[in-house]
Amino acid sequence: MAVTGPDNSALVGYVLSLGDDSLVAAQRLAEWIAASPQLEEDVAVGNIALDLLGQARSLLTYAGSLEDPPRTEDDLAYFRDERDFRSVHLVERANGDFGVTMARLLFLSSYHYELYARLQRSADETLAAIAAKAVKEVDYHRDHATMWVLRLGDGTELSHARMQAAVDAEWPYVEELFGNEHLDPALVESGVAVDPAELRGPWREYVAGVLAEATLTLPDVPPAVTGGRRGVHDEQMGYLLAEMQHLARSHPGATW
Amino acid sequence: MYGNDFTAPDEGSREPAEDRLAEFERLLETEGRVEPRDVMPDGYRKTLIRQIAQHAHSEIIGMQPEGNWISRAPSLRRKAILMAKVQDEAGHGLYLYAAAETLGADRGELLDMLHSGRQKYSSIFNYPTLTWADMGAIGWLVDGAAIVNQVPLCRCSYGPYARAMVRVCKEESFHQRQGFEILHTLSHGTEAQKAMAQDAVDRWWWPSLMMFGPTDDASPNSAQSMAWGIKRFSNDELRQRFVDMTVPQAEVLGLTLPDPDLRWNEERGSYDFGEIDFTELFEVIKGNGPCNKQRLAHRVRAHEDGAWVREAADAYAAKQARRTSEVA
Repeated sequence: MAVTGPDNSALVGYVLSLGDDSLVAAQRLAEWIAASPQLEEDVAVGNIALDLLGQARSLLTYAGSLEDPPRTEDDLAYFRDERDFRSVHLVERANGDFGVTMARLLFLSSYHYELYARLQRSADETLAAIAAKAVKEVDYHRDHATMWVLRLGDGTELSHARMQAAVDAEWPYVEELFGNEHLDPALVESGVAVDPAELRGPWREYVAGVLAEATLTLPDVPPAVTGGRRGVHDEQMGYLLAEMQHLARSHPGATW
Repeated sequence: MYGNDFTAPDEGSREPAEDRLAEFERLLETEGRVEPRDVMPDGYRKTLIRQIAQHAHSEIIGMQPEGNWISRAPSLRRKAILMAKVQDEAGHGLYLYAAAETLGADRGELLDMLHSGRQKYSSIFNYPTLTWADMGAIGWLVDGAAIVNQVPLCRCSYGPYARAMVRVCKEESFHQRQGFEILHTLSHGTEAQKAMAQDAVDRWWWPSLMMFGPTDDASPNSAQSMAWGIKRFSNDELRQRFVDMTVPQAEVLGLTLPDPDLRWNEERGSYDFGEIDFTELFEVIKGNGPCNKQRLAHRVRAHEDGAWVREAADAYAAKQARRTSEVA
């Protein structure tokens, strides 16, 4: 069942929030290509960024198709302003060291895994299909991030300290993933959307297991005040978008 | 050519006994493949290590000028294609370092030689990528020139290198078509897009011709590499092949190649082209190109910034091995 009707805005907003997380995460991860600690990682990070970009393209294409008049994936990626993006702060802040990137990837991919595992049973056929493909990809992302958190956490004294610092720094941005204030409860009730709040438990169980095995301490810090789902972003988001959108906006109407 | 060889062979040799080299000579005569465990002259081994390493270094340094546009690609489709392309280059670097390792080299040592400037990479990557159209021009011209250089390497006498090149060439051929398609879209787009495409071709044409190396009479290492079956055609032969292949494609693109002397020579059945100013190539090789310092500094920084990560991975692997042996 596809939820269509005179007002798709709730569904559009939901799909955009999923697509924007992946798009912005891909943009940040891609910064590691040709800059990662070893050649194998250039390939792996590139692969993960490509998967996320692919998910973003499917989701933005779907969100745009629900609008009237419809918009393309590129209209949505390149011609929306910062306040119209729905991504979380976890994915949009500037990159730190490799440990920070792996902490973020562990948190994001574990969330994605729980999300897409459920969303593949969505009452919305398109979302279900996108999720069914994505869940296989994010399973690999989660595995990759898990392996690195283990190596860095349980590697050298230096890497342990840096990985712990990364986990501590990123932890306050986790809670935003599970917020549901932006979500129309009717979408959850009709089986179209997954309530992010229900992912918190299984997410925590998985991540806590990885951190324990990596000899890292589960942080005990309050969540950061964020507002990505309402379009209130970190200051670094503007620079990310300026770089991403500049060329397309310099040539309005051009095809590439 | 990423795998071009412009410098003189260095130091003395540890030649195997002459009777043991008979098998090597026989392999060369019969167009057979030399494999890692086969006896081979020391000079052959060293030349190959240097050439394969230079080729591998070129692949990984070549990730930078194109990586420069991933964040700014003008559509999500183009962004995905470009990311996949740069990822392919990392993959090529991996196969090539592995091929060099079959000759007894060590990847870490080869990287150290790149970082300290003792080994080179293709000078083409010391030019800046200034506009999106450079992604098209690099694919079409630089990858196009690389293919002309590399297809004969698929028949190189050293087996692991030849086999790596088969796969590399397939992917490069795909990249070349992508580059052509980027330029085709731009040259059929708005006036500004067409001007962007022409400007990129103007900047990349001559450096691409220089990728084939000096003219034959100024190429000291070629004769030995030919005798060893590493090199199959001369620099000038390959350069001519590239020009002949590219001119008709430029016509399809509706773009001009920046050489007033370029014209069809009926008698030779090839295009004549203007004299190449090699002083620039040699300046760039010496380190005075627009991006030499930047490319190397970026590579060294990534390597140094990643040291703690690689050390942690080694330490973790050692701990895991110890744990496994304790359990067993």
